[in-house]
Amino acid sequence: MSHRLRWRKFVSHFMLTMTGLCALVAVSVLFFILGYLVYHGGTSISWDFFTKLPAPVGETGGGMANAIVGSAKLLLLATLLGVPIGFFGAIYLAEFSGGTMAFVVRYAADLLNGVPSIVIGIFAYSLVVLPFKHFSTVAGGFALGLMMIPITLRSTEEFLRAVPRALREGAMALGASQWKTIASVVVPAAYRGILTAILLAFARVAGETAPLLFTAFGNRFWSPGWDQPTASLPVMIFTYAIAPYDDWHRQAWAAGLVLLGLILIINIVARVILSRGVAVPRT
Amino acid sequence: MASVRSAVSVKITPPVSVPTGREPQAPLLMRMTVSKVNFYYGPKQVLFDINLNIASNKVTSLIGPSGCGKSTLLRTLNRMHETVRSARLEGEILIDGQNILAQDVTALRRRVGMVFQRPNPFPKSIFDNVAYGLRINGVKGSIADAVEKSLRHAALWDEVKDQLHKSAYELSGGQQQRLCIARALAVEPEVLLLDEPCSALDPISTAKIEELLVQLKDLCTIVIVTHNMQQAARVSDFTAFLLTGQLIEFSPTPQLFTTPSDARTEAYITGRFG
Repeated sequence: MSHRLRWRKFVSHFMLTMTGLCALVAVSVLFFILGYLVYHGGTSISWDFFTKLPAPVGETGGGMANAIVGSAKLLLLATLLGVPIGFFGAIYLAEFSGGTMAFVVRYAADLLNGVPSIVIGIFAYSLVVLPFKHFSTVAGGFALGLMMIPITLRSTEEFLRAVPRALREGAMALGASQWKTIASVVVPAAYRGILTAILLAFARVAGETAPLLFTAFGNRFWSPGWDQPTASLPVMIFTYAIAPYDDWHRQAWAAGLVLLGLILIINIVARVILSRGVAVPRT
Repeated sequence: MASVRSAVSVKITPPVSVPTGREPQAPLLMRMTVSKVNFYYGPKQVLFDINLNIASNKVTSLIGPSGCGKSTLLRTLNRMHETVRSARLEGEILIDGQNILAQDVTALRRRVGMVFQRPNPFPKSIFDNVAYGLRINGVKGSIADAVEKSLRHAALWDEVKDQLHKSAYELSGGQQQRLCIARALAVEPEVLLLDEPCSALDPISTAKIEELLVQLKDLCTIVIVTHNMQQAARVSDFTAFLLTGQLIEFSPTPQLFTTPSDARTEAYITGRFG
């Protein structure tokens, strides 16, 4: 075997090993995080974590019941704001708009998707928090909802566009108006994809911390109302992790585990819905 | 509506029922009239000064090589061309003497139904597919009866009566196309347009649909676009031959296929091009 051929073989094997290792690292990061969280969070999690309020500073024990409920309220508000706007905007983009308008909306949505979440937080702060002069659940939900709009919009649009034109024509040839065609044929044909898009957008904002820091703020007690500050899991993790108490660190781990578990479940559910087959066969 | 056999038997050889010239000629009633139609996609003109009369309760077929504008002409008849942004139509198309361009488009499409090249059932059950047109048009009365009647007219009832709530996608291609015909018939259109309805089907399914078309003449007027000259000869009473956007010849089918008056028609039907 010539020297040159051996060298080529060496390079080939070396590159193959390198790429394989990088792929392995990419995958193992997820499992490493998962394992680390389960190890630390699993030992700290308890029934109290789900049912009790945070203990006063200096005492051990307590839980994050208020943060779990707070996160649920924030995500509810975000969904109510982000999903309808994203969904109907996507229908407009996919079904009604022409060249320039579609380009502008799509481009703006992509830019909005790329806006750092802390900037979204500042925006919500100046628009909702400042006029009402206090932090509130509504402000936090607003910030998260803004983030859901572009994610829902772009992926819903993709799924609507994937519905064959023949189905639209079939409905219109029966005397269906354009709106009726969309509502009774196009959206039902794409509903699996749309549902998946919404779930993924939901999972994406569930873990957002930055937009909540100065909108929903935080609360060591039950939030008295929608117009009052509320605790949330991501902000609790942030606060507890930088605190100097070991017990708080343990609780932060537990909160991280709960949050990651929630997001993981939503992701898996979304994949299952999508993999059960697209309703319309591709032709 | 004329009476129709409740169950349709299907044979492989389709009956040929075209006027032979020997039977007594009843005066023809015109259902639709196309006059001086020019059609453009953007700057490109695809139909040139088309004049065409579509006889009531007859089958009229449009033939010609690919790109001759026969599908475009068909789609103007129920204004499906309007789904394309750059499309522009000049001229006049009448149905029962009224200009279709002045009518409400959804009402027009209820009167002039359409079946497409590829079967395009909705991702719904067989029953819901047929019921769709009735529901969106707010038809009162028994939808179930209407669905059964339409499926019988489309010669599909016996094959699907026990599985009406299965997905339409579980049917074969030929069955799906007959389902699409049933779906179009459910709203009781006066005219049924078919755009190469058999081009995606096997010969047996094609024969079934051809026989069906001949029988459906009792119910409505039929206009069919086809690539297949034999099909036009088998099913239609009148044939229009189009070439590069122009209507070259329009005559009773036997005449067009035996004694064409234009040299180009003869060249096409004898297979010298296309």
